[in-house]
Amino acid sequence: MNECDDAPDAGRRMILQGAAAGGLAAVAFGAFPWPAYADADAKEWPADAFKQKSEADTLKALYGKSAEPSDKISLDAPEIAENGAVVPIGVSSTLPKVTGIALLVLENPNVLAAAYKIPDGTEASVSNRLKMAKTSKVVAVVESGGKLYSASKEVKVTVGGCGG
Amino acid sequence: MAGTIRVRAVASGDSTEVQSLIRHPMDSGFVKDSKGEIIPAHHIEVVQFEHGGKTVFTALWGPAVSKDPYLKFSFKGGKKGDDLKVSWVDNKGASDSLVARIG
Repeated sequence: MNECDDAPDAGRRMILQGAAAGGLAAVAFGAFPWPAYADADAKEWPADAFKQKSEADTLKALYGKSAEPSDKISLDAPEIAENGAVVPIGVSSTLPKVTGIALLVLENPNVLAAAYKIPDGTEASVSNRLKMAKTSKVVAVVESGGKLYSASKEVKVTVGGCGG
Repeated sequence: MAGTIRVRAVASGDSTEVQSLIRHPMDSGFVKDSKGEIIPAHHIEVVQFEHGGKTVFTALWGPAVSKDPYLKFSFKGGKKGDDLKVSWVDNKGASDSLVARIG
């Protein structure tokens, strides 16, 4: 009997949810036709770069060149990370024509943590959260006008983030 | 996988600030479970943001990005009411996408 009693309720709930989702559906249908958009494609992922153990090898695999230090990169990272599983890190740059930003954690098992493609019209700024196995130098690399520039900062980790 | 993406995009003047949060384990492949077995790497590889048929941001992530990844960036040209499409794919071929509206 309970199942029968539940049925009208379930029906009503669906109608209510339907009404609430109406707005969302309108948004979704507004996006059609789909061909205007492409989905994230795993083929873009630079598998080789993510396997490297050193800064130089990572940059060679990712960009095919090496970086020189720049004071036009701002690397926002904590002095001490209490939890290495979640270390908030931000990068921004005043360099011209920025096309890419990469973040490297030199003491992690694989050095490259994240790489970002910055198309024309997108600001040279990104914030994310990374895992750090232990205290390490964090390197922000910015691709600007076809050249690579970097800035780094030492982040002390009190509890390692490999468990994250 | 559905319903993994939360995104907030706010236009201010010429610039649209995007913040996103994706629900994903981001297993590094270096952690053992309670039986001492390695938990295989399971992480998002690519996240793409599109506005007006153009890719405005692409994230390429390894397993060192934290669980339930957060991301913030800004792009020019977005207007209030415009669509912003977010999509991701992980190393096991799972994916999700969402069309959000710029506020």
